Amino acid sequence: MALTKDEVRHIAALAHLALSDEEIALYQEQLSAILDYAARLQAIDTSDVPPTATVLPLVSVLREDVPTEPLPRDEALANAPDAEANCFFVPPVLPPEKA
Amino acid sequence: MELHELTMHQALAAMRRGELTSVELTEAILARIEAVEPKTRAYLTVTAERALEAARQADALRAAGEERPLLGLPIAIKDNLSTRGVETTCASRILEGYVPPFDATVVERLKAAGAVILGKTNMDEFAMGSSTENSAFFPTHNPWDLERVPGGSSGGSAAAVAAGEALAALGTDTGGSVRQPASLCGLVGVRPTYGRCSRYGLIAFASSLDQPGPLTRDVRDAALLMEVMAGHDPRDATTWREPVPDYVAALGEGDLHGLRVGVPKEYFVEGVEAAVEQAVRSAIETLADLGAEIVEVSLPHSETGLPVYYLIAPAEASANLARFDGIRYGYRAEARTLEELYFRTRGEGFGPEVKRRIMLGTYALSAGYYDAYYRKAQQVRTLIRRDFDRAFEQVDVIVGPTSPVTAFRLGERTDDPLQMYLADIFTLSQALAGIPALSLPCGFDEAGLPIGLQIAAPVLREATMFRVAYAYEQATTWHERRPTL
Repeated sequence: MALTKDEVRHIAALAHLALSDEEIALYQEQLSAILDYAARLQAIDTSDVPPTATVLPLVSVLREDVPTEPLPRDEALANAPDAEANCFFVPPVLPPEKA
Repeated sequence: MELHELTMHQALAAMRRGELTSVELTEAILARIEAVEPKTRAYLTVTAERALEAARQADALRAAGEERPLLGLPIAIKDNLSTRGVETTCASRILEGYVPPFDATVVERLKAAGAVILGKTNMDEFAMGSSTENSAFFPTHNPWDLERVPGGSSGGSAAAVAAGEALAALGTDTGGSVRQPASLCGLVGVRPTYGRCSRYGLIAFASSLDQPGPLTRDVRDAALLMEVMAGHDPRDATTWREPVPDYVAALGEGDLHGLRVGVPKEYFVEGVEAAVEQAVRSAIETLADLGAEIVEVSLPHSETGLPVYYLIAPAEASANLARFDGIRYGYRAEARTLEELYFRTRGEGFGPEVKRRIMLGTYALSAGYYDAYYRKAQQVRTLIRRDFDRAFEQVDVIVGPTSPVTAFRLGERTDDPLQMYLADIFTLSQALAGIPALSLPCGFDEAGLPIGLQIAAPVLREATMFRVAYAYEQATTWHERRPTL
């Protein structure tokens, strides 16, 4: 199945990926080819077949709630591109107002 | 034999006899790395100082009369396994400079067993690939032919062990990423039962499939390493509580009488190189000579492994990789708003294959397509599992080729993602079924490139798999060959 450029842009927006026009064109072609290949699954009868989300026979795994030492704050922040006042620092959520 | 050519059990025996120290061994390996690394480019980070310090500690412990399963053995770690205090990048720009504040459980277990960690090996970015060409930094070269790929995604680990730059290495296998490079580099590579080894600290790609596994020079080394790696971990709720068997003791004496070996008729298909088919068929004859009963089995949904995997793994990846947003670690793009920061960090930080799979997975999970793609793939995954359940009612192990081809040339498959995905055609279905499988050397093609035999077993039956592999290895000499560099 062939994806349109707009569909590819929509997927990129859902995935929070900034893509160039060249990338959009490339992924349009490549994703279409891969989805074409995947379409062969449609021919398989899966009525009454339950989906496999995990291969494990697990239902719910419980353990005692034992307090342990948390990661020290300075170690948690050590890898942050920007940290100030013991917090992760990020740009504003809303764009700065135009003058 | 040179020190860098030793197996782990040979080196361990020599150290226990007092004929070799860990410092001598580690120095020899570090010298080997210095000599051949410009050719193979197997490592992203070599931690020489830390390794020598760990070697000195190992020697001191041994001198004080203490013994541990891996005491003093120099081992490399794939760069998607977290190492406390040592940069861990997944071979991605988006994690460049990231230094984990903790060890992955399998790394912690190796250290506790006395292993000397040499450094971090190259890989396809976020373990997405079959050639290590998707590393954001540089490709790794196959020690058997430097013009060819080592396989992937654990290609750095495989090349390091094959080239004598480590005695063994840890890799991770999501759809074949330990077994396929083991096959292409002439090594033993193990994918454990899903949940046998902890995934804690393994930077997630596809959580229902990821498993750490060893790459070694022979089967005994693989069993030795698996005993250390495997076991329940309270920090990974998907690990099995069943006790870990003594895999080394289970290797046995090489007699396979009473054992049934399944050969799926679907595994010898078009696209399998003649030399590969010939070597695998000949290996099956050897298993019969050792007393095994050869039984033809059928895995009718084998062909669906590829499309099922390439829907499920990208879907899980698209969710797992959402955490890379430029806030808490790694690369951050310049941006005026938070949303722009997310988009640009991810657009600039991820490489082409990672973005392709995030896009594919996002699409397969998106409104209107979820049932047709993701749910459908999960249903066919059930059919793949049922195929194996049925086959294992008749046989103890299933054998076949690991890879349809020997090592291909660098650049040969990079333009066509589907061509690259086909490299994994024989390793995907075991991963989807959650069963253990290993690859071990079973011959060489006309060009002198290694060929791998794959042996798969039912859930938690690693011991049976090792027994068959060890019997075959004892009857052959493929594992004794080393590449000349």
